[in-house]
Amino acid sequence: MQYFQKELETMSADQKKVLQSERLVKMVKYVYENQKPYRAKMDAIKLKPDDIKSIDDIYKLPYTVKQDLRDAYPFGMMARSKKDLVRLHASSATTGKLTVAGYTMNDIDVWGECAARSLVMAGADEDSIIHVAYGYGLFTGGLGMHYGGEKLGACVVPASAGNTQKQIQLITDFGADIICCTPSYIIYLAEEFEKMGLKPGVDLKLKGGVFGAEAWSENMRADIEKRLGIRACDIYGLSEIAGPGVACDCEYKTGMHFQDDHFYPEIVDVDTLEQLPIGESGELVITTLTKEGMPLLRYRTRDIASLNADPCPCGRTTIKLNKITGRSDDMLIIRGVNVFPSQIESVLLKNHNIEPHYHINVDRVNNLDTMEIVVELSPHISIDQVEDVEAIRKKLTSEMASALSVSAKITLVSPGTVERSEGKAKRITDRRKL
Amino acid sequence: MIKQIAVFLENREGRVSECCKALKDAGVNLCSMSIADSKEFGILRIHTDNNELAHVTLKKAGFLSTMVDLVAIEVPDTPGALADILIQLCDGGVNIDYMYSFANASGHAQIGFKTETPEKAIVILEKLGVKMI
Ligand SMILES: [Zn+2]
Repeated sequence: MQYFQKELETMSADQKKVLQSERLVKMVKYVYENQKPYRAKMDAIKLKPDDIKSIDDIYKLPYTVKQDLRDAYPFGMMARSKKDLVRLHASSATTGKLTVAGYTMNDIDVWGECAARSLVMAGADEDSIIHVAYGYGLFTGGLGMHYGGEKLGACVVPASAGNTQKQIQLITDFGADIICCTPSYIIYLAEEFEKMGLKPGVDLKLKGGVFGAEAWSENMRADIEKRLGIRACDIYGLSEIAGPGVACDCEYKTGMHFQDDHFYPEIVDVDTLEQLPIGESGELVITTLTKEGMPLLRYRTRDIASLNADPCPCGRTTIKLNKITGRSDDMLIIRGVNVFPSQIESVLLKNHNIEPHYHINVDRVNNLDTMEIVVELSPHISIDQVEDVEAIRKKLTSEMASALSVSAKITLVSPGTVERSEGKAKRITDRRKL
Repeated sequence: MIKQIAVFLENREGRVSECCKALKDAGVNLCSMSIADSKEFGILRIHTDNNELAHVTLKKAGFLSTMVDLVAIEVPDTPGALADILIQLCDGGVNIDYMYSFANASGHAQIGFKTETPEKAIVILEKLGVKMI
């Protein structure tokens, strides 16, 4: 199977531009009429829906940032009523508040189509057994690839995350040929396969996979492809826009094919917010062209990347997203979970046994992300036994785990020993080599 | 009863000597020392000739220092003397959190221990005729 939706994926540049323009014009009218925050933003700059006549006018539109979504928590950004919404996804944001995204049935269909296009790029077809080892839940990974696999007409195994031995049993017994998970988890699985003597091509039928939700390098890709003999595709998505499937690598890996009939990407300068020409690196900004539940105009993803428009041998004509190279804020992605230092701060401020000074050490051990939070004990507490310290650490560890949704190792140190610094960036040491 | 100082120390090279140097510079003499440790940190327990000064000095030097009361006794130099005392305390419902022995100039063994119920311990020890410090 070469394409999931040939006409849409291989349309000419002219056709694409007409389609994008039609959709943008419609979308801007729709958000102006249905989303109060956008009406306010557009009124504030005296922009009328009629001022947007084609995709070339997109630069006139106001930006959307995460704070806009937080301010509208939980439903202020929805363009449809509960009657039309069929799903809510959410991801953690700074200050512990969630960012919510609402989907209509049509949104779920479009997302499923994009995920199906991605699966085909990884080598899937109607006969595939697709093993989904992303977590199922508020996080979009599991359900996103699940619906994509079903849309494709393949057979989906909703394994979800965790319990590696069970995963391996399912992968071998069911003969999965396509797998979806984080890049660090596939490397972990590869090691387990090796330990158990399971050979690619003999005991394993895997031939391709889509791996996303965390940053990974070309070296990791080469390692995964060599060890498992599979096609390893990078997949991009974010819950505010749609989960995995917004963009994905094809077999030629010339950059992730961006599904720009539904999601329009721009790269902008982080400081001036001016649109940058194709090829230049800056912040990825996305406008949804067909979304109904919660359309977003020029949403600033905070991901730093570049686009390329080089033709791809696969025949797909979309614009392509080069690998994400960083973040424009201080968000950390630990085992696929977004972690903001401000979430850590709010936990520390509530706990009186410690001081709100900390340092975060991030590393990757045996291909799994680890996070250590070094925290100072308060000089005002009384401690004369090892158990006293252990009790403080245990309490803080569980408070941190429930606030961050990912575990962190807590290391307690003497008051005044964590380096004081002005900039937030200095609080983080990321030793992961990507 | 005597005062003891408990100091939190992360397992980092030179941390114990930094602590001792701060005390030395303040002219405080160490009488005894014991360490309870885990993999990543330790609690140094010391008894000095000037505990108030030691406590203030350590706090100023950035150490997490806690002043704790210990029940301290002189153990008679006879076989099983300490065991007998401990059995009596245990039977009398006194829980000992931790204990350690001091350096002694007198030739007698001196023991300090931490308990949540020192009054109870003192009553029992008095009954036994144990010399308290
Ligand atoms: Zn391609």
